[in-house]
Amino acid sequence: MRVNKSDFPILQQKINDHRLVYLDSAATSQKPMSVIESIEQYYKKDNSNVHRGVHTLGSRATEAYEAAREKVAQFIQASSSKEVIFTRGTTTALNLVASSYGRSKLSAGDEIWITAAEHHSNLIPWQQVAKATGAKLCYLELQADGSLDLEQVKGQLGPRAKILAIHHVSNVLGVIQPIADLAKLIHQQGGIIVVDGAQSIPHLSIDVQQLDVDFFAFSGHKMLGPTGIGVLYGKEALLEQMEPIEFGGEMIDFVGLHEASWKELPWKFEGGTPIIAGAVGLGAAIDYLQQVGMDQVEQHDRQLTAYAYQRLSQIDGVKLYGPQESRIGVVTFNLGSIHPHDVATVLDTEGIAIRAGHHCCQPLMKWLEETATARASFHIYNDEQDIEALASGLEKTKEFFGNAIG
Amino acid sequence: MQLDDLYRRVIMDHYQHPRNRGTMDNDAITVELNNPTCGDRIALQMRVQDDQIKEAKFEGEGCSISLASASMMTEAIKGLKTDQALQLVTLFSSMMQGQEVDSDQFPLEDIEALTGVAKFPARIKCATLAWKAMEKGLAQKH
Ligand SMILES: Cc1ncc(COP(=O)(O)O)c(C=O)c1O
Repeated sequence: MRVNKSDFPILQQKINDHRLVYLDSAATSQKPMSVIESIEQYYKKDNSNVHRGVHTLGSRATEAYEAAREKVAQFIQASSSKEVIFTRGTTTALNLVASSYGRSKLSAGDEIWITAAEHHSNLIPWQQVAKATGAKLCYLELQADGSLDLEQVKGQLGPRAKILAIHHVSNVLGVIQPIADLAKLIHQQGGIIVVDGAQSIPHLSIDVQQLDVDFFAFSGHKMLGPTGIGVLYGKEALLEQMEPIEFGGEMIDFVGLHEASWKELPWKFEGGTPIIAGAVGLGAAIDYLQQVGMDQVEQHDRQLTAYAYQRLSQIDGVKLYGPQESRIGVVTFNLGSIHPHDVATVLDTEGIAIRAGHHCCQPLMKWLEETATARASFHIYNDEQDIEALASGLEKTKEFFGNAIG
Repeated sequence: MQLDDLYRRVIMDHYQHPRNRGTMDNDAITVELNNPTCGDRIALQMRVQDDQIKEAKFEGEGCSISLASASMMTEAIKGLKTDQALQLVTLFSSMMQGQEVDSDQFPLEDIEALTGVAKFPARIKCATLAWKAMEKGLAQKH
C-alpha cells in the first residue's frame, strides 16, 4: 500500500522520549499534510461566506464548499449531492434524524430498535424521541461476541418496528454488522434504517445505494479529515418530507413578518454559516483516501486488526472482547486485574497512545460486565511495528504492576 | 515522566489494601459520584456528629489512583471537624494543580504520595473523585 508515514506530520515526534505510536484513531484519526494544507490554502486564498456574496471570493468559497459536497456524494455513491447534508459530526447528524424524522413520524406504541452496543450518540437521541412520542425503545439481541443473528433479528422486528438505528462497525467490539441484510429486514416491515457509520467509513468503501440504507451518519475527523465537519446522508424522498430543526440564515427561501419558506435540499437543513473550511478539509481527506484506494485501506486495516488480535491473544493475562473474524479497526482488551487507566498511563510513558474507559458506551460496558476497557485502534499509518510496541508495552505494564504490587 | 513519581509504594499499598472499604448501615451521609469520562465510581458514606466526622467508608470501582486516593482520604478525615475537612479539600485541590502546599497546617502523611499525580494531567480527575464526593456530602444537610 502506498502510504507514507511522513505524510502525517504529527507522527514525526517523540512522546516521553519514545517514537509516538498512535493507537487511538477510533477516537480521532491523524491528518495527512494534504488535508492540513487544504485548510490553510482555503483561509489564505478563498475565505469568504458562501451562497451570498456577489464578489469573486464569495463564488470561490461557494464553489469549494459545494465541490466538497459532490466529492462526498460520489465517495458514498449517493444518487445526488442533494442527499448530502453537512453537519458538525455523527452526533449532530443522528440528532437531526431523530429530532426531525423521529419526532414527526412516530406515535405511541411504535417501536425504535437499537442494540446495547450503540455509542451514546446513537442511543440517547432515540431515548429522547421515545419519551417525546410514546414510542418504545427496543433492543436487538446481541450474540456473545457482539454480532447479530439475522434469524433472531427477523423474529424480533414486527410491523410496529418503524426505525432500526444501528452501528455499522462497533467502536468497542470492532464487529462489522450486516447492514444490507438488516436494511432488507426492516424494509419488509415498512420501517427505515438509520446507520451510524462513524467507525465504518474510515475503513470500508461505502455504497449507500447498494446497502439500501435510508440514513447514514459519519464524522470527518475519523477519516483523516478535520474536526467539526460530518455528514448526514438521507434518501431524497425522506429528506423531502422532513422539517428543518435549525432556523435562520442560509436555509430560507422567502421570509415575511410571520411566515417563511425553506430552501430546497440540502440547504434547508444547513441553517447559519456552514463549516466551510471543514468541508474543504473533508474533501481533501477523501482525495487522499481515494489515492490510496479504499480497497487497499480496507485490506490493510483488516489485516492489521487481525494481526493485533492474534498478537495480543498471545500475552498472558490479556482478555479480548468482540469477534475474531469480521472485525475492523479496533481491538478492545483488559490486562489481568490492572485497571485500563493504569495500563494507558504506563503505555503513555512509552509513547504509546491508547484509549481507556467506557468509550461512550456505558450500556455496552454493563453488557460486557466490565466498568472499563482498554482499546487500541488503527488506521493506514499504523503497521506491525506499532503492534509490537504495544505488545512489549503491555509486558512492561505487567512487570511494573507485578513488581509494584507484589 | 517517571512512572515511579506516580505509582509510589504507599499508593500501591492503599490500592491493594484499601482502608475503610465497605458500607455503614446507620443513617450516614451517602454520596455517589462517578467520573463520566472514564466510568470510575465511588459511593462514600460519612457519619457526622456535632460537626465532627466520626466515620467514613467507601465502595467503588476505579483505577489504582482513584481507589488509593479514596482510601487515604477516608483515613485522613476521620476525627476532623467538617470545616477542617473542607479546608483539606482545598489543600488537596491545590496539590493536584501542582502548587506547593503548606503541610504544617495538616499532617498530610500518606496523602503526600499523591503529589506526583499533578504531573499526569489525565489522572488528576481520578485522584480528586473521592474528595469531590466528600465535599458534596458535607454540603448536604446532616
Ligand atoms: C460508533 C460511533 N458513533 C458515533 C460517534 C460520535 O462521533 P462524533 O463525536 O464525531 O459526533 C463515535 C465517535 O466517538 C463513534 O465511535
